[in-house]
Amino acid sequence: MEKFEKLTGIAAPMPLVNIDTDMIIPKVFLKTIKRSGLGVNLFDEMRYDRQGNEIPDFVLNKPQYRDAQILIAGDNFGCGSSREHAPWALADFGIKVVVSTSFADIFFNNCFKNGMLPIVLPQEQVDILMKDAEKGANARMTVDLENQQITTSEGATITFEVDPFKKHCLLEGLDDIGLTLAKEAAIDSFEQQAAQARPWV
Amino acid sequence: MSAPKTLYDKIWDAHVVSQDEDGTCLLYIDRHLVHEVTSPQAFEGLRMAGRKVRAPEKTIAVPDHNVPTTLDRVSGVIANEESRIQVEALDKNAKDFGINYYPVSDIRQGIVHIVGPEQGWTLPGMTVVCGDSHTATHGAFGALAHGIGTSEVEHVLATQTLIQKKSKNMKVEITGKLRAGVTAKDITLAVIGATGTAGGTGYVIEYCGEAIRDLSMEGRMTVCNMAIEGGARAGLIAPDEKTFEYVKGRPHAPKGAQFEAALAWWKTLYTDEGAHFDKVVTLKGEEIEPVVTWGTSPEDVLPISGVVPAPEDFKGGKIEAARRSIEYMGLKPGQKLTDIQIDTVFIGSCTNGRIEDLRAAAAILKGKKIKDGMRAMVVPGSGLVRAQAEEEGLADIFKEAGFEWRLAGCSMCLAMNPDQLSEGERCASTSNRNFEGRQGYKGRTHLVSPAMAAAAALTGHLTDVRELMTETETA
Repeated sequence: MEKFEKLTGIAAPMPLVNIDTDMIIPKVFLKTIKRSGLGVNLFDEMRYDRQGNEIPDFVLNKPQYRDAQILIAGDNFGCGSSREHAPWALADFGIKVVVSTSFADIFFNNCFKNGMLPIVLPQEQVDILMKDAEKGANARMTVDLENQQITTSEGATITFEVDPFKKHCLLEGLDDIGLTLAKEAAIDSFEQQAAQARPWV
Repeated sequence: MSAPKTLYDKIWDAHVVSQDEDGTCLLYIDRHLVHEVTSPQAFEGLRMAGRKVRAPEKTIAVPDHNVPTTLDRVSGVIANEESRIQVEALDKNAKDFGINYYPVSDIRQGIVHIVGPEQGWTLPGMTVVCGDSHTATHGAFGALAHGIGTSEVEHVLATQTLIQKKSKNMKVEITGKLRAGVTAKDITLAVIGATGTAGGTGYVIEYCGEAIRDLSMEGRMTVCNMAIEGGARAGLIAPDEKTFEYVKGRPHAPKGAQFEAALAWWKTLYTDEGAHFDKVVTLKGEEIEPVVTWGTSPEDVLPISGVVPAPEDFKGGKIEAARRSIEYMGLKPGQKLTDIQIDTVFIGSCTNGRIEDLRAAAAILKGKKIKDGMRAMVVPGSGLVRAQAEEEGLADIFKEAGFEWRLAGCSMCLAMNPDQLSEGERCASTSNRNFEGRQGYKGRTHLVSPAMAAAAALTGHLTDVRELMTETETA
């Protein structure tokens, strides 16, 4: 997995609450058997009209946000389906950090498997970042995972919490499966005990 | 004496393989369900790393999201090239990795969350995962069941475990009796209406109370199915005699002495007196009315007697979201919900595609015709549900009323196959999500119970099913 350490980039504001995974990547794009190439269809139905033309009002179509790497979003971001295509599409577009007051559970977990960092902050702090993001391309924020700190374009700092294990995996770019297979003996022994205790499983 | 435990605590504790100091656990997975949309990249990952499926006997695959539901599918080829490739990839992956498989041609094929319980793969006290958020359905059996992403699908295929941290405990109690015409779907929507779509985030919900106990297994699956729409990792209902009766004799359920041994353990799966819940929500069963959704989030729930709200009725970010929803849905604040005209009715999905759902809809439709110009379809949740409905005469009731009688699959719930809404079409749907574009580009979805969907098909507008029931009773 790609490492995530520190990122300085443009933040795009998306204050809408309950942005669901169907909005992030509509189902017509789930028919792929690959992980790559989904960025062009990120937020497809909000971003393009039926003829495939860009809708100029949509935030990521505005010149100042086309290269956004950070998304400041409304509450409950990523709700809905378990599709990992949602973080794949965001990452493929170039967005590596999403900040919100809350995330749907599965989406949140999926991000960490793809070198992305979802950050939960209280409403007041999201509001500060939202305002900063609304300033456009000059509003470059820095997200520093090691120090768990976001620095706004004006130099204000906001600290955030992150699960220590998930942080470690992101910083080192660790592959979960490799980590778990190192515990194979424990899995073997659990399976043997479970086969005794619950042979019907 | 050990501290009192919740049902969730007990299942969790029975599956911890190892625990790190920070609380991160390796959790053993008893059943891994797989469908064609979220698995190809996971199998590809295994191939690239030269890994096998650790427990193919605990892995069950079935194509459901992409499959056509029209009768001509028996002739074989799926017309949509990408859909065909995805289904063929699952055919091949199931064969190459030696996992249990129900191909499109098998009568047991259907929606993965209907097939699992039907075949007895899902049992009380198990951990069940699938690359699909509606895995919560299996919680109806007192199994800890939740959706995972594709990376985690690959992780479970390779290791039969998941890296997890424990969620908090939430209790949702529905007291008393439901009134006539009120169903499991109304309960689960009413709960989301009360808690919001993020109300369960960070929790595993245990549903309890008299109204939950009174539900059939089918109804309990409907309730747990939508735990995810409330934001919860999983929904659970403690197993009881109804559960044991449902499970007994199913193809993959234990038999004989093994069943008795299993039963002895299953009977210990309940929340101990005095166990701690971090959050408690209580609704009175008598006060739940048949509900519908008016907006584009499952929390946009109102009793059918209500009116479309105004954006100003809400607070914070929801004001703008409500404005957007009302515009997308083509509604006006203050408009009576029963004045909303419907042109499409969809009965099916992992929420409401079981035999009891079809019976409830057929009871309303019997001897009647749907409104002129209405497009209405029933998509049974599995080939076996379909066969049973035909045997019970339900299929004839649907067909005589003017419904299309389809083959099993996810169909218009997420519209990955050709069953879709066109721009501006408005559907009364027994599915689980009313998101923008969910059932087709610019399509409009009102979530309802099967009986309410049937009522709307007859009248051409959202309708309080109790009015039709009274008519039937007094006729």
